Amino acid sequence: MSTLVIAEHDNSTLKVSTLNTVAAAQAMGADIDILVAGANCGAVATAAAAVLGVGKVLVADNAAYEHQLAENISLLVAEVGAGYDNILAPATPNCKNFLPRVAALLDVAQISDITSVESADTFQRPIYAGNVIATVQSADAKKVITVRTTAYDAAPGEGGSATIESLDAVHDAGLSSFVREEVAVSDRPELTSASVVISGGRGMQNGENFKLLDGIADKLGAAIGASRAAVDAGFVPNDMQVGQTGKIVAPDLYIAVGISGAIQHLAGMKDSKVIVAINKDEDAPIFQVADYGLVADLFEALPELEAKL
Amino acid sequence: MKVLVAVKRVVDYNVKVRAKADGSDVDLNNVKMAINPFCEIAVEEAVRLKEAGIATEVIAVSVGDKSCQEQIRTSLALGADRGIQVETGGSVEPLVVAKLLKGVIDKEQPQLVILGKQSIDGDNNQTGQMLGALANMGQGTFASEVVVEDGHVNVTREIDGGLQTVRLTLPAIVTTDLRLNEPRYASLPNIMKAKKKQLDVYTPDDLGVAVTSHLTQVKVEPPAERKAGIKVADVDELVDKLKNEAKVIS
Repeated sequence: MSTLVIAEHDNSTLKVSTLNTVAAAQAMGADIDILVAGANCGAVATAAAAVLGVGKVLVADNAAYEHQLAENISLLVAEVGAGYDNILAPATPNCKNFLPRVAALLDVAQISDITSVESADTFQRPIYAGNVIATVQSADAKKVITVRTTAYDAAPGEGGSATIESLDAVHDAGLSSFVREEVAVSDRPELTSASVVISGGRGMQNGENFKLLDGIADKLGAAIGASRAAVDAGFVPNDMQVGQTGKIVAPDLYIAVGISGAIQHLAGMKDSKVIVAINKDEDAPIFQVADYGLVADLFEALPELEAKL
Repeated sequence: MKVLVAVKRVVDYNVKVRAKADGSDVDLNNVKMAINPFCEIAVEEAVRLKEAGIATEVIAVSVGDKSCQEQIRTSLALGADRGIQVETGGSVEPLVVAKLLKGVIDKEQPQLVILGKQSIDGDNNQTGQMLGALANMGQGTFASEVVVEDGHVNVTREIDGGLQTVRLTLPAIVTTDLRLNEPRYASLPNIMKAKKKQLDVYTPDDLGVAVTSHLTQVKVEPPAERKAGIKVADVDELVDKLKNEAKVIS
């Protein structure tokens, strides 16, 4: 059995979500190759070749793949993936964008967001915002799968010595083009891979007050997140959203501030190792999942916490 | 320009769904159903395109048994012009939904197809992208802004760390994210009017699609429960517990 893992990267660095996906591939017990599709992405290929347990790194280095346009990447992955039993990618916004196209091109189902490999054809995945875990069995000869990265510890990124092979095939579907990107530059760790996350909710009252989280995040090396309520209210941008329809996180420490704990939010953070909730409403559902709950006015508790860390 | 909007009937987002005791499926008895929130945003966007004079007709389509006509009527009350139900007698997999929608595209020839990015029951996030591949159209997924120009659509997308804008040749697929718009409420007169709007029913046969099944749900179960935690008295106790009991900060 053979598995193709699709690398998540930004043309210069290999993202850790790729390593989580390799770990899931190892749980399936197959030979593993990695596909790196991008432009001027040689450094990514080198990093991928160092991942322990990988046989071959296939590199498609072409301007058509620079911005990960789904129309182009999906054609490439469907072509390369035709020779594999399994195609795995991390459930990141980027891979979620193109992998279902791959499944449709291959006329097979996609199994989204798996959290466990039960056997070669049977997997577990959360549905209904994680309120239910479904076990699903695939009848397809070829499995196309996205992996919930928080469910797997990263495979070692060093110690491997995979061979690197260049792919010449260029697929440009001619349906789409890149216009621009506005990506906020931040010194903070990425939400999905941070070991500490502090998130604010509607209780923060406005976007300005999110600054109260900055000092604590600085001291803890934390990423800053938000609930959907805070995003809906326009306090902060949507890429900070933790929850069913936002990012799924599972840090060592998750601090929920002014978040009531709607099921959609819990779906995105309840697998965190330690959960702290700070909320002035002692009946807030967030306290049902919190290891440590502090019933307090966040405008008093946050400055005090920052001072005492 | 014709705009096709796909809508799905799902459990209301406020309902906490549970697995049945025998693990055979989720318990949906006497549960409130609604239009999937992302699909509602899709309908709103299509209706705004019509109000802006860009769209000439908005068609709402849903795949499912007869009960999904309720969500089609909701879409009609929000401003869609007519509806299509594809009768499947129950839930089908995203790939099949995409094939059925491709069949509807072939009949209706819309310039733009708008779907929700994911439904809050299956949480698959697949149908729009699959439809893009099957119809050989460009896609703007997780959209936060849609601007239609001559022969093209510019879609601004929610990506890791910010926003990306792509330019797609029409016809094209858009899937909605939550900041695209805020859906309106249907007025009572519009709800009454919606009852009289045209709603056609197709079978998969009419669309030349075989309903297949690639996945079997073996069982469903509740997720592992978290152990109940404690309430701390003040910030001092919280910091102490995090340092000395949980050992997650130093």
